[in-house]
Amino acid sequence: MISKIGFAAASSVAWLNARLNSRLTARKTVLVVACGAALVGTAQSTLAAGKTFVYCSEGSPSTFNPQMGTDGPTFNASSRTIYNRLVDFEKGGTRILPSLAESWSVSKDGKQYTFKLRKDVDFQTTDAFKPNRKFNADDVVFTFQRMLKKDHPFHKINGGVYEYFTSMGMDELIEDVKKVDPYTVQFVLRRSETPFLANMAMDFASILSAEYGTVLTKNNTPERIDTEPVGTGPFVFRKYDKDNQIRFHAHPTYFGGKQAIDNLVFSITPDPNVRYQKLKRGECHLIAEPPLTDLQAMRADGALQVLEQGGLNVGYLAMNVQKAPFNNVKVRKAINYALNRKSYLDAIYQGHASLAKNPIPPTMWSYNKSTSDYEYNPEKAKQLLKEAGVATGFSTKLWAMPVSRPYNPNGKKMAEMMQADLKKVGVQVEIVTYDWPTYLDKARKGEHEMLLMGWTGDNGDPDNFMNVLLGCNAVEGGSNYSRWCQKSYDSLISAARTTVDVKKRTEFYTKAQTIFKDEAPWVTLAHAKVFRAMRKEVTGYKMSPFGTDSFVGVDLKK
Amino acid sequence: MLAFLFKRIFVVVPTLVGVSLVAFALIRLIPGDPVLLLIGERGASPEVYQEMKAAYGLDQPLPVQYGRFMLGAATGDLGKSIHSGRGVMEEFQDRFPATLELGLVALMFAILFGLPMGIIAAVKRNSIFDYSFMSVSLIGYSMPIFWWGLILILFFSVQLGWTPVSGRIDIAYDIPTWSGFLLVDVWRAGEGWPAFVSAFQHLILPAIALGTIPLAAIARMTRSSMLEVLGEDYMRTARAKGVSRLGVIVVHGLRNALVPVITVIGLLAGQIVTGAVLTETIFSWPGIGRWLVASVTARDYPVVQGGILLIASSVILINVGVDLAYAWANPKMRMQ
Repeated sequence: MISKIGFAAASSVAWLNARLNSRLTARKTVLVVACGAALVGTAQSTLAAGKTFVYCSEGSPSTFNPQMGTDGPTFNASSRTIYNRLVDFEKGGTRILPSLAESWSVSKDGKQYTFKLRKDVDFQTTDAFKPNRKFNADDVVFTFQRMLKKDHPFHKINGGVYEYFTSMGMDELIEDVKKVDPYTVQFVLRRSETPFLANMAMDFASILSAEYGTVLTKNNTPERIDTEPVGTGPFVFRKYDKDNQIRFHAHPTYFGGKQAIDNLVFSITPDPNVRYQKLKRGECHLIAEPPLTDLQAMRADGALQVLEQGGLNVGYLAMNVQKAPFNNVKVRKAINYALNRKSYLDAIYQGHASLAKNPIPPTMWSYNKSTSDYEYNPEKAKQLLKEAGVATGFSTKLWAMPVSRPYNPNGKKMAEMMQADLKKVGVQVEIVTYDWPTYLDKARKGEHEMLLMGWTGDNGDPDNFMNVLLGCNAVEGGSNYSRWCQKSYDSLISAARTTVDVKKRTEFYTKAQTIFKDEAPWVTLAHAKVFRAMRKEVTGYKMSPFGTDSFVGVDLKK
Repeated sequence: MLAFLFKRIFVVVPTLVGVSLVAFALIRLIPGDPVLLLIGERGASPEVYQEMKAAYGLDQPLPVQYGRFMLGAATGDLGKSIHSGRGVMEEFQDRFPATLELGLVALMFAILFGLPMGIIAAVKRNSIFDYSFMSVSLIGYSMPIFWWGLILILFFSVQLGWTPVSGRIDIAYDIPTWSGFLLVDVWRAGEGWPAFVSAFQHLILPAIALGTIPLAAIARMTRSSMLEVLGEDYMRTARAKGVSRLGVIVVHGLRNALVPVITVIGLLAGQIVTGAVLTETIFSWPGIGRWLVASVTARDYPVVQGGILLIASSVILINVGVDLAYAWANPKMRMQ
């Protein structure tokens, strides 16, 4: 058959054309219209009848348990589809809303969080599991004990590494998780830490089924808990065809209501240009991370729509204050004045970013609008260098990121532009780079002088930027790349960390941003925008500032 | 013949040991720590880092790590992927059929078009056919697969709308895996012709992208081999005896000219696998090429070393097969 068609294609293009077109007309019925049960030809496929939504994702998930992943493709395929958490971020925002917990209270000392759980939540029924009870406190305890207790029967299953949970310090923070009654659960913390609630909305806090765990243990197949997932979320996992497709169907008794789309298919398409072509041809309804160079063409295409949002990220240049001459605040300010940051926005981000002034993005609460930014002023830079006693300039090294990230798509090019700017004020810069793991490793040890870096937020809390990237404890931890430890700043963010009142916290963070700006441990560069492209018939989709994709409320217009 | 077979197998073992050593060393020579990469940009405490390193056996000296890898490999256990936690062999088996299916169709495309092009170019030497076929094959040989793949998509899928952009089969079909070859599995699933055509449509562009370089190589090899044969005395004799021109070319010429071409086709198997790395990425083809690229980026040592060993084994196996076929066809080979 293959050779027959091969020869036919060579000898009769018209024949092939007609044959392919007849098939494609049929497949378009499925993909573009995707309504009703009009499936290709005689194929009574196993796809359930109804609306099918195709999402072209950028990569394969590493697992179907969000407790064990750290990447977007994993979260999109698990926590955002199959699972829920006790609390969730509002759709398209960072506000915390009730989810599996209908309410919560915090003890006066801020060390006990008590969650009241919903009583009407069903776990999903899959080929491997049929739940006999509704969601309750046992599931919450099971989920968190698995990550916390090394002797928990599921702790070591499938590697036993809970990276995100650990890197957010949750293992040190949570002392215990207790079931108070079947629908009340209490978290006991070792210290008061307000961002805890936001952390509970993060992907790793997705709730697994304890009953499913028991069934798998009985069957002697505990490892399936992470590969054949069961959650309470809007979509039920059906099948993963490795590196190719992930199939879900709508959870019929989802507590938030059955979703309008009946079938959800993730078509894994790593190349951004190919994703765009698939979208154009109607093979996908929504694509992750569209190619930035084609945004203009996508906007001009009547069948497509482009969405954009300010991302929860920041790109910056960190100056190592433990090394001379960056231990002198005047030198750091001089560098801030010497760099023409606006020119980088066009050249590096192609206009898909906004100029950063503070360490947190403007979409985040407590953003200080009144801090004064350093404008491009080489003369002032020279003056400051003179005052710092390095009027003749100095030589230093600038580390350029070897990888492309939304907050810095081209580290090398940016480093070259900075090199040219700094030369004008007498600072000779040598650009160095390493492969990414080495870069991170050396930077954490503080081997650099100036370093390009960035951050994408985890939980929408200012602490996640201002403490993780600039706190004194982060110098030792390695994520404070400027190795700047300022007492007045640190006491403010520490106070904000233990205060529940949002107004007071805002005050603390606002003041801290002023100190940060005045001390200039960084040159704040940009907040990159995040993009999604989809077909015009898609409704109800909202971008998340976290860069993940949720399909709750998504529908297809007829 | 049996002695020849043993001789070949005897050479395979040290080759595989060499490949395993190179694969083991190369991935470790690239800077970057897989555990650090797994932890990501957020960092982890030194204790957690050490714990993770120990969990993957990466805290051991290199000779110990290599010894463990080889001992495991000898018993068919290539370790577990750092990234997914699943067995390397299991992951390979999941993806290899997709690569094999694509590779076979690509090779078939290369042979179906390469052979006639080479024959015509040789027979019509210095004609417009010769020049155009050889120019096309030279261009095909030097074309970057990545670029070529995108051009094919833009032209055939987007402009003409003849073929789908990427993937293995239409989303509407959910074919249970049996052999891993979709062209076969669609029949077992009882989906019949529409599903077969859909799977075949999805194969066309990646097979062209992957098969272009082998096609060029086959065309050029066939041409030079045919030219050599066409000048032989027995060709002239056959023609003088009254055999038709076509008969001489096909029966006397092609048969003899094919011997070196078959060898080249065997060698091209390796090229198909290397080409698959890029082709699979462009066409979102879920095979071993894409899997290996992702593993190198993630510094997933067990997958890279195990995957390379398995690929090398299959390429060697194909070549041994070709050698055996060659020896069977040409008794002189067995003597060497």
